[in-house]
Amino acid sequence: MTRLSSGEVLTGILGAATLGVLALLPLADQGYYLSLAINMVLFAALCTAWTLFSGPTHYVSLATAAFYGLGTYTVGLGLDYLPFPVLVVMGGVVAAILAGLVGAATLRISGVYFVIFTFGLAELVRQIVSYTQVKLSSRMGLYVFTDFTERDIYWMLLGLTAVVFITGWLINRSRLGFAMQIIGNDETVAKHSGIDTAKLKIILFMISGAFIGIAGAIIAPRYSYVEPPGAFSPMISFLVVIMALLGGTRKLWGPLVGVIPFTIVMDIVSVRFPNDTSIVMGLAFLVIVYLLPDGITGRLEQFWAYLKKPRAAPEAAPVEERA
Amino acid sequence: METIVTGILLGGTYALIAIGLTLQYGVSRIMNLANGETLIAACFVTFWLFTSYAVNPIWGILVIAPIAFAVNWAIYMLLLKPLVDRARNQGMLEVDSILATFGLLFLFQGLMLRSFGGAYTSYAFLAERFELFGAYYGLNRVVAFGAACVIALALYLFLYWTRYGTAVRAVAVNPGSARLVGIDVAKAAALSFALGGALTACGGTLISTFYTFNASMGVVFTMKALIIVIMGGVGDVRGALIAALILGIAETAVAGLIDPGLTLAATYALFTFVLLFRPQGIFGRQQA
Repeated sequence: MTRLSSGEVLTGILGAATLGVLALLPLADQGYYLSLAINMVLFAALCTAWTLFSGPTHYVSLATAAFYGLGTYTVGLGLDYLPFPVLVVMGGVVAAILAGLVGAATLRISGVYFVIFTFGLAELVRQIVSYTQVKLSSRMGLYVFTDFTERDIYWMLLGLTAVVFITGWLINRSRLGFAMQIIGNDETVAKHSGIDTAKLKIILFMISGAFIGIAGAIIAPRYSYVEPPGAFSPMISFLVVIMALLGGTRKLWGPLVGVIPFTIVMDIVSVRFPNDTSIVMGLAFLVIVYLLPDGITGRLEQFWAYLKKPRAAPEAAPVEERA
Repeated sequence: METIVTGILLGGTYALIAIGLTLQYGVSRIMNLANGETLIAACFVTFWLFTSYAVNPIWGILVIAPIAFAVNWAIYMLLLKPLVDRARNQGMLEVDSILATFGLLFLFQGLMLRSFGGAYTSYAFLAERFELFGAYYGLNRVVAFGAACVIALALYLFLYWTRYGTAVRAVAVNPGSARLVGIDVAKAAALSFALGGALTACGGTLISTFYTFNASMGVVFTMKALIIVIMGGVGDVRGALIAALILGIAETAVAGLIDPGLTLAATYALFTFVLLFRPQGIFGRQQA
């Protein structure tokens, strides 16, 4: 571990200050804006956790809904027997175990298999959960009654987002982060320099999955009634992919830039045009691929580099263009 | 026995869809996740032709397949070709094409929801009993299977007995070398993508004769087709055929013997098994 640079200290202080200001929000409003803010913080946590794995590896993971639903379900099942904080941790552990299994089956081979496997994973887990639940207890849903208010959920999610950020920052500073950078740039090189690529990818996927599971566990009291189709809704996976890529996954804070506008857009669309959410999501994907391949932050960086570059010097022969 | 026959009848239609997808991924190198939407669109067009104009679904194929061919060709040329040209390596193209076809998936799904609503749709076509090996099956399923066989046979003849088919297979094996022997790879890729879309649409038309469908069901079929493609080996038409039959039987068996709600679990069990033991597919050779 190297010592902190002054820039990092500054970022840390700024981050803590932002967090402090955001934590005051429930004092100002308890209604619509708080509920919108919960969505934002929820997706901020989910997208940042998603980016921990999918950012450096470029693997589009659609497993989010499966981890999230498992977290929600753990709370729903155990609330009568165990205290809430224990269940939140358990939600993370269960999600991490699933991530480990999926990773072990798919991350040793090419990335496409991983995408396809996670594509139906939420639906698979939903089928198994419904099946076992009907077999064991002959009812479909679970009641989640707690004393938590929207305000408590907001604070917990805000805390989780902070933890995800700190974890991401620590990973980037660690040997794991360095290795992931090499894997992301060129996997063959990584393998030849003695990195156990599959193992590291699985570890990172488990960390990312655990945070998503915890987010699902924290949000559970908000629903008060949990059913498999709602808890494992595949929409969550796709929304997370859109928001994270819209913001850009190169920087830790990149996804945030996508989360804030897109949560607002989805909120408006789901109220005014509830039948057209798929069309909006489809267009968002197309915009990302054709107009913002590196996300909004990627475009901003390009623009920044363009401004900084001295105008007179003609561009040196572009090396990457040759393929 | 009854399970096996039902499974094979179902697998026949799955095979068409999966062969469509394997052509698109194996030759054009586009992982088309909007494939199921082509299928559902074909279901709706068949339904519309049948209920409004009393067009027999089997003849409907003659209209639907060329339309699907043209639409998929246009999608490839307008949306996917730019991605192929801009990609610096296979990995980039995969990520781009996955995201782009996700976009198409949601866009088409949303448009179909707008036009047809979210309700489950079906119609009665040849809903009679048909006796086979002492048990009864829906005549529509048997006819759909027969039609699937005819289409698959035609495709087989095209791929294995014509010069153009050979060129397509060559691109599937190695696009770089195919270019060296004078094959127009870009043209073959566009053709395969369109042909794959047309086959999927045929599968959709056939499935609509015996299956209840709705506008948001495409993803389920895409999922099944993807797993069949991987089981059979990417770009391998014969492998896809065998894998589709295995999947059809496995699904019918699980639905009949354990619980209809667990069909996807059966699919995944097969998928995991293939990934762990034969990631290159049933007939695939180990990559060097």
